[in-house]
Amino acid sequence: AMEKSRPLWDNPLQFIFACISYAVGLGNVWRFPYLCQMYGGGGFLIPYFIMLFAEGMPLLYLELAVGQRMRQGSIGAWKIISPYLCGVGVASVVVSFFLSMYYNVINAWAFWYLFHSFQDPLPWATCPLNSNRTGYEEECEKTSSTQYFWYRQTLNISPSLEASGSVQWEQALCLTLAWLVVYLCILRGTESTGKVVYVTASLPYCVLIIYLIRGLTLHGAVNGLIYMFTPKLEQLSNPKAWISAATQIFFSLGLGFGSLIAFASYNEPSNNCERHAIIVSLINSTTSIFASIVTFSIYGFKATFNYESCIDKVILLLMNAFDLEEGSLTADNLDEMKGYLMATHPQEYAQLSPQLKNCSLEAELDTAVQGTGLAFIVYSEAIKNMEVPQLYSVLYFVMLLMLGIGSMLGNTAAILTPLTDSRVIAAHFPKEVISGVVCFINCVIGLIFTMEAGNYWFDIFNDYAATLSLLLIVLVETIAVCYIYGIRRFEKDLHTMIGRKPNWYWKVMWAFASPLLIVSLFIFYLTDYILTGTLQYQAWDATQGQLVTKDYPGYALAAIGLLVAASTMCIPLGALLTFIRKRLKRENVSTV
Amino acid sequence: MLRVLLLTLFVVTIAHAELCKPDAQNAFKVRLSIKTALGDNAYVWDANEEYLFRAVVAFTMRKYSSKSTTRISNVLLCNVTDRVSFWFVVTDSSENVTTVPGSEVEAAIRMNRNRINSAFLLSDKTLQFLEITSTLSPPVEPSTPVWLIVFGVVLCLIVAGIVFLIVAGIQQRKKKNKESTEGENLEDKGEVTVTVENGIPCETLDLKAGHINGVFAADDERFTSL
Repeated sequence: AMEKSRPLWDNPLQFIFACISYAVGLGNVWRFPYLCQMYGGGGFLIPYFIMLFAEGMPLLYLELAVGQRMRQGSIGAWKIISPYLCGVGVASVVVSFFLSMYYNVINAWAFWYLFHSFQDPLPWATCPLNSNRTGYEEECEKTSSTQYFWYRQTLNISPSLEASGSVQWEQALCLTLAWLVVYLCILRGTESTGKVVYVTASLPYCVLIIYLIRGLTLHGAVNGLIYMFTPKLEQLSNPKAWISAATQIFFSLGLGFGSLIAFASYNEPSNNCERHAIIVSLINSTTSIFASIVTFSIYGFKATFNYESCIDKVILLLMNAFDLEEGSLTADNLDEMKGYLMATHPQEYAQLSPQLKNCSLEAELDTAVQGTGLAFIVYSEAIKNMEVPQLYSVLYFVMLLMLGIGSMLGNTAAILTPLTDSRVIAAHFPKEVISGVVCFINCVIGLIFTMEAGNYWFDIFNDYAATLSLLLIVLVETIAVCYIYGIRRFEKDLHTMIGRKPNWYWKVMWAFASPLLIVSLFIFYLTDYILTGTLQYQAWDATQGQLVTKDYPGYALAAIGLLVAASTMCIPLGALLTFIRKRLKRENVSTV
Repeated sequence: MLRVLLLTLFVVTIAHAELCKPDAQNAFKVRLSIKTALGDNAYVWDANEEYLFRAVVAFTMRKYSSKSTTRISNVLLCNVTDRVSFWFVVTDSSENVTTVPGSEVEAAIRMNRNRINSAFLLSDKTLQFLEITSTLSPPVEPSTPVWLIVFGVVLCLIVAGIVFLIVAGIQQRKKKNKESTEGENLEDKGEVTVTVENGIPCETLDLKAGHINGVFAADDERFTSL
């Protein structure tokens, strides 16, 4: 007898790097620092680490073990556990499909910024001139040059979701390039992916270290670090802090998409996935903290720079209005001079006071930003004020690209592994063609996000495509493994694979703690959605130069509902279909 | 004689004071930020610098309109402050009573702004004529945007890589098809077929790969003794 065996990773290091490359993504850079800032600085680490041990590590170990044991992608693996669970695998694939559709747009934006970094001065450093060259563009005057570059020159964003606008050819080009890069990396399956992850996993760390050194030596970085690490322990009593910690751990590790199962399925069966699960989750969390240190030094620099610019502006205004000698007004004597001027020239001072802003370092540090705003606006603003900004800009956007592409490799693996596992498809088409078709379809659909209203659709996908569905998927996974497959059987499988049984910590977490946590997260989000009533989004108002809140139109709400339903309904539908099929065939359910 | 002289001087001074004062007609305010521009090399603003200013403005007026016969004495400065800022006005040469229309002065200064700036080692930002907006110079734009060039380079590299990998894959597949006998063949490193003997994959004898049959493989005695 002869069997064709599965492609394998060249060595366990490739597997670890693939998992790290997938798990360490943009969320570590742009979401964790925001959460840290919002929920008590250094104090946030307490709920974060508790959640890491309560749900992060156990669930990661679970998924890796399932993938390694079943040696199939998500659909095949869950079918083996129980035929009624084939819907879980399909739901994972659907969610991964949605994710890869919109996630690669971030890589397209990173490419755009990267290509624009080879200019002096950087294009987001100054405002463009208006048509008669007497001043700067109006929209740019109202907001800052970096925001203008993001909203107008990159996205060319429309004022609302309804005004779709046309496809921006520059963004479409960058998106095509991003998909070509992904295709190049996944073209040959694990053979090519295994080599690429060496780069995508390690390069971001090199850049982060460079940025750490640069960031800590920047003027004012200390302000940001003090701000971040001062623990505000009263935030621990805020339930939102705990919810956010749990959510962040959950989504940061990329559980439920099927990528981890896919990666683990290419392992040798005797691979020590328990140790790898611990390593990957710890590295993921440490990277988040590391990235926060970098981000907060940059924040501190930017806040100090803005604060000092604000003070300079006030000084200039006062000097010009009262014709004082240059150098007589400094940051140190500003307050007493203000008092003096108020006393000696009360009328003129009163006229001037609406323009005199109260500059505050705290207020600058308090502007918490997350997501694309942090990555593309705040960082580029900080970069433009550094020396040799082109170098730091290139480094930073290459890092973003590596993080994004590393995550994309996991996403596409989650889609492709079940497809290449299924004998129906794999027999007729070589894997290059399957990968090519998947990339092509995603690219074409992704053109929606390059339209003028594309960023609003991006936010819809980002907020709703994966959140609720993943919670449900992972909950079903945990319950399936613990109670349907049986924890005793799972123990035995692990024993044969890695040579020892999981100890009580793992079992308690799998059976009780993690499902409870997920259920409470699920309930929280459902009640949150129900209580807020209508969903709203932030739209860019060009006339004011800032974001305004708007309600979603009806069809957008329908799209959101469809997104959530498309993946969650797969689970019951899958069970139902299997049930009907069995009834029709009247065969015995065969469990492995 | 002396009385006539004194009287003309008096009239002229009054006339000057009339013509040049803050917010007078056709008068412009100028603001210099010498310390900001030059730092340690900043010069002190004194009567000589004022003289230079008047000379430069006179030069500008003459350059603008070849008919103009503006003299240095036609440029009047007043209200010099510590900031350094002052008002100036340009009078008609003959009468010294009326001033040149503001629009002419503005146009003249706009035309020769860079000459005025360089005389004082300053720039548009540090030598400000309030109310005379300067035309900002547009940034240098290359014919092809830089980003498209970089994009093109990266795109070519990626497409070359894809084509290379696909062609290599097709060649390997052709080789595989040529060598295939009963289907027992060695592909690229990723897909190795397993030869099996008596239900136990041969490779378990050498490596840990393959399926470990729990019945046969107890903890340390993985292999049955032959």
